Amino acid sequence: MKKIIYTLLVLGITCTAWAQENVYPVQKQEGPVFIQNGTVHVGNGQVLNNASVEIRDGKITAVGSNLSAPGGATIIDVKGKHVYPGLILSSSNLGLIEVNSVRATVDATEIGEFNSSIRALVAYNTDSKVINTLKSNGITHANIVPAGGTISGSSSVVQLDAWNWEDAAYATDNGMHMNMPALYSRPNRFAAFLGGPQGPQQDPIKRGLEQIEEIKVFFREAKAYHAQPQHASKNLKFEAVSGLFSKKQKLYIHCDVVREILAAIDFKNEFGFDIVLMGASESYQVADLLKKNEIPVILSQMHALPTLADDGVDQPYALPAQLQKAGVLFAINDEDGQHRGKNLPFNAGTAVAYGLSKEQALSAITLNAATILGIGDRTGSIERGKDGNVVISEGDILDMRSSNISLVMIQGRIVSLNDKHKQLYERYKHKYGLK
Amino acid sequence: MIMRKLCLVILLGCLSTSLFSQSTFPLNDVANEKEITYAFTHATIVKGPQDQITNATLLIRNGKILAVGSTLTVPADAIVVDCSGKFIYPSFIDVYGDYGITSAQQGGGGGMRNFLMPAQLTSNTKGAFGWNQAIRAEAEGAKLFVTDDNKAKPFREAGFGAVLAHQRDGIARGTGTLVSLANNKENLVILKEKASAHYSFNKGSSQQTYPSSMMGSISLLRQTYIDAKWYKNNADKEGVNLSLMAWNTTQSLPQVFEANDKWNVLRADRIGDEFGVQYIIKTNGNEYQRVKEIAATKSTLIVPLNFPTAMDVEDPNDARFVSVADMKHWELAPGNAAALEKAGIEFCLTTADLRSPSAFMANLRKAIENGLSEKKALEALTTVPAKTLGVSNMIGTLEEGKVANFLIATGNVFNEKTSLVENWIQGERYAVKSDKWKEFTGNYALALTGTKGSKNYTLRVKSASAVNVMAADTMTAKFSFDGKLVKLSFAPEKKSRNMIRLSGMDNNGSWNGYGEDLEGNNYTWTASWQSAISADTKTDSTRKREGNNKTGAITYPFTAFGWSEAPKQETILFRNATVWTNEAEGKLENTDVLIKAGKIVQIGKGLQDSTAAVVDATGKHLTAGIIDEHSHIAAASINEGGQSVTSEVRIADNLNPDDINIYRQLSGGVTSSHILHGSANTIGGQTQLIKLRWGANDDQLKFEGSDGFIKFALGENVKRSSMPLGNNRFPDTRMGVEQVLEDAFTRAKDYEKALAAASAPAAPTAAKGKKQSAPAADPYATVRRDLELEALVEIMNKKRFITCHSYVQSEINAAMKVGDKLGFQFNTFTHILEGYKVADKMKAHGAAASTFSDWWNYKMEVVDAIPYNASIMQRVGLNVAINSDDAEMARRLNQEAAKSIKFGGMAEEDALKMVTLNPAKMLHVDNQVGSIKAGKDADLVMWSDHPLSIYAKAEKTIVDGVVYFDRGKDAQLRKELTAERNRLIQKMNGEKRAGGPTMPAVPSYSVLLNCGDHDHSHGILTIEQD
Repeated sequence: MKKIIYTLLVLGITCTAWAQENVYPVQKQEGPVFIQNGTVHVGNGQVLNNASVEIRDGKITAVGSNLSAPGGATIIDVKGKHVYPGLILSSSNLGLIEVNSVRATVDATEIGEFNSSIRALVAYNTDSKVINTLKSNGITHANIVPAGGTISGSSSVVQLDAWNWEDAAYATDNGMHMNMPALYSRPNRFAAFLGGPQGPQQDPIKRGLEQIEEIKVFFREAKAYHAQPQHASKNLKFEAVSGLFSKKQKLYIHCDVVREILAAIDFKNEFGFDIVLMGASESYQVADLLKKNEIPVILSQMHALPTLADDGVDQPYALPAQLQKAGVLFAINDEDGQHRGKNLPFNAGTAVAYGLSKEQALSAITLNAATILGIGDRTGSIERGKDGNVVISEGDILDMRSSNISLVMIQGRIVSLNDKHKQLYERYKHKYGLK
Repeated sequence: MIMRKLCLVILLGCLSTSLFSQSTFPLNDVANEKEITYAFTHATIVKGPQDQITNATLLIRNGKILAVGSTLTVPADAIVVDCSGKFIYPSFIDVYGDYGITSAQQGGGGGMRNFLMPAQLTSNTKGAFGWNQAIRAEAEGAKLFVTDDNKAKPFREAGFGAVLAHQRDGIARGTGTLVSLANNKENLVILKEKASAHYSFNKGSSQQTYPSSMMGSISLLRQTYIDAKWYKNNADKEGVNLSLMAWNTTQSLPQVFEANDKWNVLRADRIGDEFGVQYIIKTNGNEYQRVKEIAATKSTLIVPLNFPTAMDVEDPNDARFVSVADMKHWELAPGNAAALEKAGIEFCLTTADLRSPSAFMANLRKAIENGLSEKKALEALTTVPAKTLGVSNMIGTLEEGKVANFLIATGNVFNEKTSLVENWIQGERYAVKSDKWKEFTGNYALALTGTKGSKNYTLRVKSASAVNVMAADTMTAKFSFDGKLVKLSFAPEKKSRNMIRLSGMDNNGSWNGYGEDLEGNNYTWTASWQSAISADTKTDSTRKREGNNKTGAITYPFTAFGWSEAPKQETILFRNATVWTNEAEGKLENTDVLIKAGKIVQIGKGLQDSTAAVVDATGKHLTAGIIDEHSHIAAASINEGGQSVTSEVRIADNLNPDDINIYRQLSGGVTSSHILHGSANTIGGQTQLIKLRWGANDDQLKFEGSDGFIKFALGENVKRSSMPLGNNRFPDTRMGVEQVLEDAFTRAKDYEKALAAASAPAAPTAAKGKKQSAPAADPYATVRRDLELEALVEIMNKKRFITCHSYVQSEINAAMKVGDKLGFQFNTFTHILEGYKVADKMKAHGAAASTFSDWWNYKMEVVDAIPYNASIMQRVGLNVAINSDDAEMARRLNQEAAKSIKFGGMAEEDALKMVTLNPAKMLHVDNQVGSIKAGKDADLVMWSDHPLSIYAKAEKTIVDGVVYFDRGKDAQLRKELTAERNRLIQKMNGEKRAGGPTMPAVPSYSVLLNCGDHDHSHGILTIEQD
């Protein structure tokens, strides 16, 4: 029975590695791990006090209060600490964009309108310096999403401790992304230069509706294509959306305003797709309809300004509680380009200040996110049979005051929490003789 | 007798200046000289706004007024125009427009040109002109003016007789020319060649990079005033500068400034105050929103009547994005002129900003319905413009010797039913609605005489296009009357298939003519007026609207969450709080704090004050207000990127108190914000520290008595790394950035030296032997005062302090070395994401650090940014602050500071100081704010929870003892706002249903200014801008 003081385990790695290139992914879980005496936040709303979690061969094999450690297990005592499911970033350009202002490092937006065959996964760079900074903040999985065009292509869920994108793939190409044509008068980017905000473009709503019709034609043709017994020539664009019809893929519709949300419901009604709304900053206006149609929402940016001067000063912060109240399934995401997603738990924390319970907020970045992403059967909660995606925090993970991540497991592997930030921190502590 | 003499004098006077005499123009005809007198008799003559005479006569001759009066003898040779029942007014004067002036050649679409093309750094105007293309003082309206009858016609039809025309292009626009709206040769139409000089904040067709901001425009104007004065005595140093020469010669003219916004009125007036100029200021109609401040400028305004059209907000999805401010403006804009009148502000009215002058009268009536007096309206169209332009001796009233510009109307000119019949300009008649000269509606006896005998009908003429023909039956008929020609066709009986078609002419009140029917009969016909149609159903549209005249309150600021009643300073006793003092006492549990008269009075236990409102703060936390060292809210412009050194521009010149982000940030506990210039250039502009006094005006926002700061910047933004077509402005490298700094301060040193030499007293004149030293010379008589270098001299003399946008260690180090070499210090490095690499050097230099908690990797110069930065710098001994540079994040600065607890293990009280006391020290205001200490300003926040927790919400945010944000009050405001929105939506819908004009709903977009450093979306209605 090995007993390891896990903090040393983490720091040990930190002190010996000076370059990101020396942060190694872990190959495979070696022997069972038994986490004991912790406050276990299951992810489904439950909290188990003084509980233990057993992880074996990458899976959670037992969770409960009166468990004993199996023989040969690495025992991690977390008395006074908190155990969480790995956090899930439900939409991100992680690994596709390294430095946004340097074009050569940007692989997020492809040219073209109907890019259904484009796959984000193949450009996901596991060596991005950003990935480790998320992992060390408790984020274990991310949904890698392409941008651009009307249909942007497919997203994949990755786990964040991998040598290459094939290793990283957790759910491959299981999301198709569509940008809903705007059904409101968008601001003219140049208007301000020309002396203040300007009037609407030529009937933008009519134009948007026409574009939506074009998208429907695309899917109608795709459906017809798949009904054909054979094809004289193979159509990659149609082939790429077959999963939508067989429900192996979900259609993620990026939209904001009520008219766009109503138009999105059409795609469920006409084609029977599983749809997910992305962004949906105005979804609170039609929350009941979303509940009725069982359409989930991924809120892309909690830390946003209210849309209109007239909106409540805290409208984006209060949005999750509004959806929760209506019974809508939603996930909280962090698409902020300046922190690069690592503040995900604090986005959820903000929602707590404005009406969610802590466990509801946690669900929005764990189990609910997993359910929406179609990986809820494998991860998102600390339950028997699920993957050993577990995070230990010294205190409340949702509050930066106490969110100190001391251990992260992905599929049972205790991963390195080292990252470029820590390495530079150590380097300059060394310079100044700080401890 | 006397009268006749007077007439003779005037007559002689007229002869000598006759419009037609002494012309140099040869004729392709025989001469046609004439001197005809017209007499307009029996009229009600409104000589001026306060002078109305009835049954009076107006005599004109050769384009001038001979006499006006009720006892005049009509000369025998006069052509008499009987104006019984008519009103005669002076024709109106429009002092703002470009009638007859070709518009300037536009080179493209606004400021974006600069973004998509290589920067145009110098003027493209060829010739001996000034350095800046937007200073066009040499432009002369009179030389550009061409009579344009197509454009004159709608003006005349709206009652105008004269307009002031200038080319609306540039920041200095040269002179305006006063012209009549007669269709005549330019030589005769120009009433005053140079009548005014014009200015604006808009550089117009100039594509030169500078100025590219409101503050830049202001600075350019200020520097040009200085340059022009200097140039008078130093032409040898400058050579011929036609722009400055013209600037100087046009200063004695009325100075007209196109401001076009309430805050811009104040901005323009302040420039005027500095240089001893009282501008006449053209507005945009939103002055009612700050009428008190506008009145204080004592400016005469030129006010347009372009009221917003009601939006179609019936669909709630369309209404959703229309702000209460836009809807309120729609409701209140027609009351603008009345508000100005009530405030005693002098103003002219203009057709400017309307699509066509033909919309003017209807809008004027709307302004009158909304409280503008008719007297004031007439003044604003006649005497005030004349006085303002100094041409009261020429136009504006109907008096002897003045230009014969007058209107003939069927009644009170402001009455909806009144028609303008004729507009006489320079003594020439222009018909407007001739058909209205005489009331022609009524019942006529219509008699047809044909081969088959006579037929008689009664013809009921209801309007110029509607009649009934009545005999045994009443028939509708096709009818038209244009004042002269009459056309009528009707069936002789109700069921007849025949059709009688008549055509005729008005012969002095009765109509005669010829006609045919379908059966081949010919007729002659007459119709003579018999009786009036009994007044019945004619409705006045002004009455219809009366039921719905309730309007909403003006709020301060004029936006959502503005106050209808401003909150007042309070005496408050916080009982039993956890008090984060930021002082030696540290964090005090169960402690009381008393604030009074805007100050913190006492901190302790069991405090008493009978006058205080007691707030039970049990379980709550009290901290000093948050101070954001790096903010870009509440300003009309942020970046003057036109040049690499723009130390002359000042954020203070363009504060915007209407920014909703002030209120939003109060909700996050922010009480002071340092509004910085952007980072487009190495030496940016002067900054302004403000307190978030929601509802205050621009001056009141300022943090009184605080030291002046200035923004510098290094790195990618300065070298324009993200310009799509590359950069052609020096510098393009960090090597060049260092040289920009060295060069600027070297020049500043030389400037200071030159000034000192020039202001040294002249040596006593030894010859006379008297020991009398001459007074110190005015140094600016010889040395050109340079606003740019002046600010740099202030820095060297520690009267102005630098906050420097910076990222990578090399540039930080290099900047400090330049400072050390030339004797100036960097007070603060802001952003400073690699500060941790050179914290020791910064400490040695004495610089403070203001940084982000954890931004990184969004651009190349931040790839080494780490969230431990603040902790390391603090541990090395720097004064460290966390700032926002972001309108959203500023609401969570307490939590941003808390990240240093996580990253680097900073103590909680130290973390809080990074957003309170530390920035106060950096900004040199820690004697006033930044901690909870008796005697300091009562700038406090009461938090619902531990102030560094993600769960903490500001419950009350207090500035100077005034509760500007209170979560309970906020809930109340939201309810009121919803009710007000609903009321306005309903009112707009009512307008639509009543058939009023509507336009599609336009979302209320907001412009968000920032440093250009962002990769952070701010919502679907936001226009982000550097």
